[in-house]
Amino acid sequence: MIISAQHLWLIPALPLLAAGIGALTPRGGRSLSAGAAIAAMVAAFILSCLALRTALIDPAAHQTFNFAWFDLGHGAVRLGFLLDPLTAFMCVMVTFVGALIFIFSTGYMKDDANFKQFFCFLSLFAAAMLGLLVANSLLLLFICWELVGLASYLLIGFWFHKPSAAAAAKKAFITTRIGDLGFLFGILWLYDARGTLLFFDGGHGVLEAASLSAMAGTTLSCGLALSTAIGLLIFCGAVGKSGQFPLHVWLPDAMEGPTPVSALIHAATMVAAGVFLIARVYPLMSADQVLASVPVHALTVVAFIGGITALMGACIAVAQNDIKRVLAFSTVSQLGYMMLALGVGSWVAAIFHLLTHAFFKALLFLGAGSVIHAAHHEQDMRSLGGLRGPMKTTFATFAIGMMALAGVPFLFSGFWSKEAILHAALEWDVSILPLIMGLAAVVLTAFYMTRLVAEVFFGKARSHAAEHAHESPATMTIPLVILAACAIALGFLGTPAFPWLQAKLLGEAEVHGHSLLVGAGLMGLSIVLVALGLGAGWAIYGRKLRQSATAKDPLETASPPLFAALAARLGFDELYAATVGRANLAFGALSAGFDRYVLGGTISFLTRFAHFTGVVSLENDESGLNAGFNATSEKLRGAGQSYSKAQTGDAHGYLRVLALAFVVLVLLVVLGGGR
Amino acid sequence: MSPLHICLLFSSALFCIGLVGALARSNTILVLLGIELMLNAANINFIAFWRYGPNHADGTGIIFVLFSIAVAAAEAAVGLALVIAIYRHRQTIRLQEANTLKG
Repeated sequence: MIISAQHLWLIPALPLLAAGIGALTPRGGRSLSAGAAIAAMVAAFILSCLALRTALIDPAAHQTFNFAWFDLGHGAVRLGFLLDPLTAFMCVMVTFVGALIFIFSTGYMKDDANFKQFFCFLSLFAAAMLGLLVANSLLLLFICWELVGLASYLLIGFWFHKPSAAAAAKKAFITTRIGDLGFLFGILWLYDARGTLLFFDGGHGVLEAASLSAMAGTTLSCGLALSTAIGLLIFCGAVGKSGQFPLHVWLPDAMEGPTPVSALIHAATMVAAGVFLIARVYPLMSADQVLASVPVHALTVVAFIGGITALMGACIAVAQNDIKRVLAFSTVSQLGYMMLALGVGSWVAAIFHLLTHAFFKALLFLGAGSVIHAAHHEQDMRSLGGLRGPMKTTFATFAIGMMALAGVPFLFSGFWSKEAILHAALEWDVSILPLIMGLAAVVLTAFYMTRLVAEVFFGKARSHAAEHAHESPATMTIPLVILAACAIALGFLGTPAFPWLQAKLLGEAEVHGHSLLVGAGLMGLSIVLVALGLGAGWAIYGRKLRQSATAKDPLETASPPLFAALAARLGFDELYAATVGRANLAFGALSAGFDRYVLGGTISFLTRFAHFTGVVSLENDESGLNAGFNATSEKLRGAGQSYSKAQTGDAHGYLRVLALAFVVLVLLVVLGGGR
Repeated sequence: MSPLHICLLFSSALFCIGLVGALARSNTILVLLGIELMLNAANINFIAFWRYGPNHADGTGIIFVLFSIAVAAAEAAVGLALVIAIYRHRQTIRLQEANTLKG
């Protein structure tokens, strides 16, 4: 069976169908809802693999299938599907990780009353995410982009009876909306400039040479090239969705959702959508590279935002105590790495890291979920401890994920993808700063992951729940084992000696390997840094294990103010509450004041005036006209009162009358022969 | 049965579902939902008559529906805000109990 671009719609349609089934089954239809979701995901995975096979036949080609959505004015709004190695690799990753997380969820959510709704939402998310990946039109991509935002909102707030979860859901939705506003402006501007939003359209698409050179050649009054301005606006959307500085604040709070959601949406797939977006529109982002005299290149901004995010996320992760928050900030940091790679010009390194990160971060989150499940929803790592003994499978797989994330050399996938990014940063000739930030984050990553593992799995159990922890059921451990295998194996798709993945993404038919010794200096440096991070982590947290849940953190003892600042996440939430939140409130108060005093004042002036004239004319009436009118008015009042009985105040009553009148009208038309 | 007939039957069914929902439910949000369904049934009619009617080329039907959707969105925002305001005052959103305006 050959899957080409015109069949691609099947991939998102299957999970959408499952979501529909999930929505329509009654509350008790737990196995139907979950079964449909998993079956759809597995089928979508098989289709994605077939699509990947098609895409790899000629990796340089962009197969498209475009169609008109509707005609408007002189043109038509056109959408389309796109099949190239980037889309195909992403689809395979999302469906594979998604299917495993769905299976894990059947164990994790077993006791939840809203079990079937959970799978309905998960399927909706998967459908939207896959739609985003196969889109050949910025408009279709944007529609799916907003749908994944909706699914994320529903799933973060899945336990909406918890006020913190409801607040986190709103925060995530509103924060990403800020970025999406920029994205929408970028789309509108692009449509205005080019008259189409298709990526590839036989020479007319926005990502094809004619369009790119036209946009890079147009200079705006502020000195920026048109493509730079549009690229930066689109990047706003990616900043919001991918939790980049300064809009990263929603991602750690999103951990209020169930852990499989954190694994699927807030680690492996949705938050990577921003990276995917920038990789997809990479020709547009890099169109201004040919210009020498512009104030700033779009990609330079991307590189710096990525570098700052990578370093900041890693710093904050060091001081978090909630096991999921540590992983959340580590996700922020890793997404920063990907943006950094995009910015320094190596989008294939970014996608390589995206793919490996999806596997090992999903593994880490599911491992954390397994721990949380076993410890009766205890997430504070100060109260855990000693889980190495009772939870052997979870510990072993978690350790593999941790080493992949920390970048332990040679065997683990994270090492190879991170190396690819650091090498790209080294070759960037604009600035050395992103490389330095990336290297600093390498040490910190190894450090905080060692801290996490030492606190959770070593030492002795520090709470009642942790003492009675036992290994999770097979539906939860089997996905862990599979993901752990992938967290190791995936790295070998893109080693410098045989960069198969990179070559296919770039559309090269042949794989040109080069020696592992190229750039060995940087590789050696980063190995030393990883060893430094692991060693420092073990020296501080491993050798002298935490004795009780209330004991102070060694770093807190060493430098209380710094630790407090990091634990408070550098105060971004407070800063936004004091600036954006306060400004919003002030504007609200201003509007209320305008309403009350200006509009209300005008109206009250008018009433006073009317009252005054009334008083004047009253004098006239009292003396002459009254007697005759009084009698008439009494009659009118009586009639009015009997009519006002019809005003029951019961909206249903009104609706009923309306419906009845409608039926009568229809009958009249039908019986009257349509005259 | 022509496609137009199918569309019209579908929209009639949607309208009836919405009408029953609006009439039979006492939860104000669900009543709003019902009204929204009826509105969308009307939108489908617009589209159907435009798509299968004589003047397919001009965009009248779709423009009408785009406006209608925009107005419906505004209406839903106002409606839900009213529901929240009522809930804050009376701790209930049963439609029968919101009858202060009776004569």
